[in-house]
Amino acid sequence: MENSPDPVSPLLEVRGISKSFGAVRALQEVDFTLRAGEIHALLGENGAGKSTLIKVITGVFPRDAGTVRLGGEEVVPRSAKAALGAGIATVYQEVNLLPNLSVAQNLFLDRQPMRFGIVREGEMRRRAKALLADFGLDIDVAAPLGNYSVAIQHVTAIARAVDLSARVLILDEPTASLDRHEVEILFGIMRQLAQRGIGIVFVSHFLDQVYEISDRITVLRNGRLVGERETASLPRLELIRMMLGRELAETTSTRASATEHKAREICASFEGYGKAGYVAPFNLELRHGEVVGLAGLLGSGRTETARLVFGAERADRGQARVEGAPVRLQSPRDGVRHGFGYCPEERKTDGIIAELSVRENIVLALQAKRGLHRPLSRREQDEIARRYVRMLDIRPPDPERPVGLLSGGNQQKVLLARWLATSPRLLVLDEPTRGIDVGAHAEIIRLIRELCDDGLALLVISSELDEIVTYSDRVVVLRDRAHVEELAGEAIDVGNILAAIAADGAATAHEGRA
Amino acid sequence: MKGLPPVLITAIVLVAGFVLCALQFPTIASTRVVGNLLTDNAFLGIVATGMTFVIISGGIDLSVGSVIGFTTVFVALAIERWGMPPLVAFVAILLLSAAFGAAMGAVIHVFDLPPFIVTLAGMFLARGASFLLSTESVPITAPVYSAVSDFAVRMPGGGRLTAIAIIMLAIVIAGALLLHLTRFGANVYALGGNRTTASLMGVAVGKMTIKIYMLSSLLAGIAGIVFSFYTSAGYSLSAVGVELDTIAAVVIGGTLLTGGQGSVIGTFLGVLIQGLIQTYINFDGTLSSWWTKIATGVLLFAFIALQQGLVALARRPVVKSAGAAS
Repeated sequence: MENSPDPVSPLLEVRGISKSFGAVRALQEVDFTLRAGEIHALLGENGAGKSTLIKVITGVFPRDAGTVRLGGEEVVPRSAKAALGAGIATVYQEVNLLPNLSVAQNLFLDRQPMRFGIVREGEMRRRAKALLADFGLDIDVAAPLGNYSVAIQHVTAIARAVDLSARVLILDEPTASLDRHEVEILFGIMRQLAQRGIGIVFVSHFLDQVYEISDRITVLRNGRLVGERETASLPRLELIRMMLGRELAETTSTRASATEHKAREICASFEGYGKAGYVAPFNLELRHGEVVGLAGLLGSGRTETARLVFGAERADRGQARVEGAPVRLQSPRDGVRHGFGYCPEERKTDGIIAELSVRENIVLALQAKRGLHRPLSRREQDEIARRYVRMLDIRPPDPERPVGLLSGGNQQKVLLARWLATSPRLLVLDEPTRGIDVGAHAEIIRLIRELCDDGLALLVISSELDEIVTYSDRVVVLRDRAHVEELAGEAIDVGNILAAIAADGAATAHEGRA
Repeated sequence: MKGLPPVLITAIVLVAGFVLCALQFPTIASTRVVGNLLTDNAFLGIVATGMTFVIISGGIDLSVGSVIGFTTVFVALAIERWGMPPLVAFVAILLLSAAFGAAMGAVIHVFDLPPFIVTLAGMFLARGASFLLSTESVPITAPVYSAVSDFAVRMPGGGRLTAIAIIMLAIVIAGALLLHLTRFGANVYALGGNRTTASLMGVAVGKMTIKIYMLSSLLAGIAGIVFSFYTSAGYSLSAVGVELDTIAAVVIGGTLLTGGQGSVIGTFLGVLIQGLIQTYINFDGTLSSWWTKIATGVLLFAFIALQQGLVALARRPVVKSAGAAS
């Protein structure tokens, strides 16, 4: 932690904020300092506590401990509205405006210019136009906001916040759905606002943008403050190390050497595969008996790649082949038909059906693959369920128990069993070890290795670099929604992965969103 | 401006329907028939104006038919049995119905309950209460009633614009002004767009909810009084199912059932379309009056399908970063 005395008196001073949800400590003793007129990036991986910190500052969540001072005075907002009243405005990625109202109404809702109890529509439009002109927008303010692009909606939201005399402007992932040109416009506006003395908190996972726009950076990890640095004097590699929390380390792949896997048969390949605004085109070969790891920061395009590969998202360019034959992957159904399986990251919402039994969950994908007119008999179902409960050591070994009552690790195994039952050729695992205790962790990794030895092709996403290094034959590194590096054999180690993530990718950074 | 395309379509349907009816029965195209149409549907127009606010705000009010029924019984008993001067009875029932609506709005907001359930309870409550007052039809003989019934503005062509039709038109106009020109109106749209967002943007969501249901019940009370003028009686079974006719009129008028879009003028046109169908069936003479319901049903389907189409279109941003300078 850095504790150098601030040369400028801080605008927003957050000291010792703690917040728990039940037993989970989301924030522990976090400090954060924002100066007037600076653009301050707030960074951290998934679960680092960025959103919680913002919500505590803006009064959406009550805090357990700590103080927030704005311009030297302590503020305790009890709601987002109260925070806005105090001068702290937040613009979220999901624009919090009303698309069914006109742009002008959105800007002046609840504070329209009135005469004799009637809204002065003309006056309101004139003012709205003048206000947006400050932000370089010249649009028809009488049209519904929903008619305009997300970028314009963002600017409208910012204009409203600033016009409500905001002193602190928090922008939560404002650029996630903007294209390069729109990002430029937004950055121009941010600089202009900073010049007016507004303190801006910029939350983003696009590191290039962070380096382009921010003056200082605060990094959180696991609910704790890692440090606060000047952007100009913080090397990229150092920043990534702060975010991921590891020293350049030693672990190397224990997998087969690079020469060996060249000999393996190709299971599925993707050439120039991609989707505009989703993931930049990539080449990827998946071989039988091989684990390919996908590494990168949150939002780098890992899950997006997995969804394209499975067919959960439609690619708009490139060619996919299965066992050499060209195929079209238009939907998860296509993926399943070609023998793909996908265990999504959000196990609870996208994966298991908690109320159904272990047996019912396991046979789900197989039944879907066979079609409704060929139902699995109860006897077949029992047999399949018993087989996988034994094989994967699902505990308790009771196929009739609702899955919701199992531990996280065992739920993950049920999910695995569901896809294994369809005898897939390729299995995509998105964060298979997230939220699983250490014992089960090791077991899942052992399973991954075993499956692979049986000739299955595996594509595994994980934020745990040690883990990826341990089981991967090859590692694809992603940054800013593009595949930037492929490591194989002995080149696979945490240091190389970190270096690839950190490489200054200004040249490639925005291809994916063009 | 808002919801203009659906309103235009409603207007076209009305005009086309009117022309078709007039081709078959030329006498339909007279001020006499139009005047009657306005009179016959006066109560519906009034209550539908209130319903428009509720539906645009993202809610629904199923209690309005029962409130009309209760009002007729209350007014009849107050004037005929309890000896109240008619004006006092009117003020009393309007206060009562406004309070009833405010209470429903408060329950919806405070307990965060679906308006459907709360107003369904309100519907049973009001209907039950009117049975409690009287199970039989109570004729009203007060002189005010005959005076109001006799009052009418003569229109060219022999048509009569009755007092209750005038009340209805006045309320429709006032409703349109309230919805489109005031801060209250803008907030109604805001609520229908997204409650949470509206609240974040500073709209007092609780107060608005209470006011909106209060307005709806108040207008249902006025509709009840108008209905009692129309029938010169109070009856606990009157206006059964009117809430559904009302919702139909609002939706045919181009208001989005999911809230956020719509207009009072559209609703008024929707009421006229329903009235026109009724009139046609009366003229034909051989058709069962239930054909009104069938025709309304078909129209409703058509309009909901149309709106879904329009909503799907609207979801695609039409203007691409227009005018983004710098």
